[in-house]
Amino acid sequence: MENQFFIDTGTLSPEALARKHQLETDPSSRKNHMEYLPEMEQIDSDICSRVIGQMDSYEYSRYTARDVKDALEHETCSIEDFKALLSPAAEPFLEEMAQRARLETSRHFGNTVYLFTPLYIANYCENYCVYCGFNCYNHIRRMKLTMEQIEQEMKVIADSGMEEILILTGESHQMSDIKYIGEACKLARNYFRMVGLEIYPVNTEDYRYLHQCGADYVTVFQETYDADTYESLHLLGHKRVWPYRFDAQERALMGGMRGAACSALLGLSDFRRDALASALHVYYLQRKYPHAELSLSCPRLRPIINNDRINPLDVHEKQLCQMICAYRIFLPFVGITVSSRESAAFRNGIVKIAATKVSAGVSTGIGDHESKYSGKESESLQGDEQFEINDNRSLDAMYQDIAGEGLQPVLNDYLYV
Amino acid sequence: MNEDKLIIGGREFQSRFILGSGKYSLNLIEAAVKDAGAEIITLAVRRANTREQENILDFIPKGVTLLPNTSGARTAEEAVRIARLARELGCGDFVKVEIMRDSKYLLPDNQETVKATQILAKEGFIVMPYMYPDLNTARDLAAAGAAAVMPLASPIGSNKGLATRDFIQILIDEIDLPIIVDAGIGRPSQACEAMEMGAAAIMANTALATAGNLPMMASAFRQAIEAGRKAYLACPGRVLARGAAASDPLTGFLHD
Repeated sequence: MENQFFIDTGTLSPEALARKHQLETDPSSRKNHMEYLPEMEQIDSDICSRVIGQMDSYEYSRYTARDVKDALEHETCSIEDFKALLSPAAEPFLEEMAQRARLETSRHFGNTVYLFTPLYIANYCENYCVYCGFNCYNHIRRMKLTMEQIEQEMKVIADSGMEEILILTGESHQMSDIKYIGEACKLARNYFRMVGLEIYPVNTEDYRYLHQCGADYVTVFQETYDADTYESLHLLGHKRVWPYRFDAQERALMGGMRGAACSALLGLSDFRRDALASALHVYYLQRKYPHAELSLSCPRLRPIINNDRINPLDVHEKQLCQMICAYRIFLPFVGITVSSRESAAFRNGIVKIAATKVSAGVSTGIGDHESKYSGKESESLQGDEQFEINDNRSLDAMYQDIAGEGLQPVLNDYLYV
Repeated sequence: MNEDKLIIGGREFQSRFILGSGKYSLNLIEAAVKDAGAEIITLAVRRANTREQENILDFIPKGVTLLPNTSGARTAEEAVRIARLARELGCGDFVKVEIMRDSKYLLPDNQETVKATQILAKEGFIVMPYMYPDLNTARDLAAAGAAAVMPLASPIGSNKGLATRDFIQILIDEIDLPIIVDAGIGRPSQACEAMEMGAAAIMANTALATAGNLPMMASAFRQAIEAGRKAYLACPGRVLARGAAASDPLTGFLHD
C-alpha cells in the first residue's frame, strides 16, 4: 500500500532530511516505544493489560447476525455484546442500533447537547507523528501565544457566548512547559466555566498542579491502541512511548481531575479493534475510578498542511455511526464528543442519536480567533493549523441548528468545586 | 381534599408532583409546569450558574418554588459549597442534596448525604436529601434536620418504577417526614402505586423527557398522583394475595 503520510517539504537541512528518512525506513533507528523515559512516572495499574488482552483476542469476523440481534435484545450490553455491535455483522442493523442508542442517550442525557470550543495556544512540537500537521518535520508557521495574546483570544471566544474551553498545545515540553500551560488555565478560569486540557501526557503531580490552576478535564488520544502500528507512526519524541500515554487518563484522575476522555484516531489502524480498546479503556477506568466523568471522542483522520492525501481510509460515515451507536449502547452514561472534523450534516444527525458534545467556532490554528470570528484581517502573526476542519459553524449557528433539531444546546453544566 | 396539603419545611403545597428540569428543552418547562400542576421544580445549580442565552431561571414561571440540587457534588463538602452558591444566586432556602461518587449509575452516597444534611440544616436550609432507601440512613437524615427524605425507586433515568418498593414502604411506615419518591419512576401507574403506598410526593424528569408528548405525559402524571393520593387517603381495601377468605372465622370457637 502506498504510504499516504511521508512527505518532504524541501525546507529541511540535508542532515535533518537524512535523519527523517532514516526514521521512516529503518525501524532500528527508532527508540523502543515500550520503554519509559527516566522522567516518566510508572503507575501500578492493570487497565492496560485488560484492554489489550480483550483487543488482541477480538476476531470481529466471528460474529454473526444472530449475535447482533441477541446483543440488541439484551437489556445490559456486555463486552461480548459490544464486540458484536462493532463487528461487520452489525452493519445491516445500523438503524436498529441507532434507535436503541437514541433511547439510551435520552435516558441519561435527555435532549441536551453540550457545546465547547478548542483553543490552541502553541503549535511547537518535538514529535514526529507522520499524520499530524504539527509534526516537527512539517514546514508550517510555528507560534506560541504570549499570555496577553492568550487572554485576547479568550476574550474573543468568551464574547461569542462560549462557556467551556479546551486548551491545546503542540507537544513541546520546552516551548509549552507546564508552567506556561498552568498560567493559561488560570487565565481561562476568568473567562470560562469549564476548562479542559488536551496537551502532552504528564506525571500525576503535574496534573495536580494543572488542576489547581483551574483545569478539570483531560483528553488524551491514544491515536492507536495497536502498539506495533503506533510504533510505525510515531517515530520520534516523547510521544513515541506508548504505555506512558496509555496511563495518562489514570494519572490525571489520580491528580484530582474530575474527568478524562479517551480516543483513537480513526484511520490509523484497524478501526474496529481501536474502537473496542477505546471503549474498554473508559469501561475499566470507570470501574477503578467510579466517580470520574468519562467521555469518548471519535476523531477521523483529516488532511493537513502539505499533505492533502491523508484520509480516514475505510472509516466512512456509516462505520463511524455504527461505532458511535455501539459506544452509546455499551456505555450509556459516558459523554461522546464529535468534533469539527466531521461535516455539519453528520453532526446534526449524530447529536440526535448518541453524541452529547460538539465543538463550535473552531480554529485549529494559533492566534486567529479574532480574524475568524470578526472577519477582520489580523495584523499579528498566526500559527498554522493542526488539521483541516470540516464544519466551521460559529457558536450562534451551531446553537440555532441544535435547537432547530428539537434538542437543547447547553453551554455549561459544571461547577469547579 | 383541599385540606390535604404537602408540607415541607413549613411551606404548604397543593401539588404532590415535583418536576425535574434538566433533560428537556427549556421552552417546554412552562407547559410542563402548567400541565403537571407542579409547584416545585428542581434545577441543577451547575446549569443555572450560566450566562445569558440559556439561563434556565428565565423559563421557570413565577410562583413556582425552586428546588436547587447539588448534582455534580461528590462529597458532603462539595454539596455544601454548591448549596451555598444556590443561596447566593437567589434560589431560596430549599435544597435537594444529591451526592454521587458513581458516574455510571448515579447512585447517591448515603453517608456523605447525612453529613451534608447536618451542615446545611444548621445553616437554615430546607434540606431534601436524595438517598438510597435505607432505614438507618433515613433515621440519621431525620435526626440531622432533613425536611423530607427522597428515596430512589430504581436507578435514575431507568424508568423501571418501584424496584425498591418494600424498602420505600418501610421508610413511609417508620419516618415522620414526607417521603418523596425520586428517580426511576417511568410511568404514571408507577407514580400512582407509590402514592397509594403513602408516599408524600413524586419527582420525575426522565419519564417526561423521554415521552413523545411531554405536556400530555405531565398531565397524565398529575392525574395518577392525585388518584394515588386519594386512594391512600381512602384507605385501600384488603387485596388478597391468593385464594379466598374463609367465610367462617377460624377463631369463631372462642366464647369466654
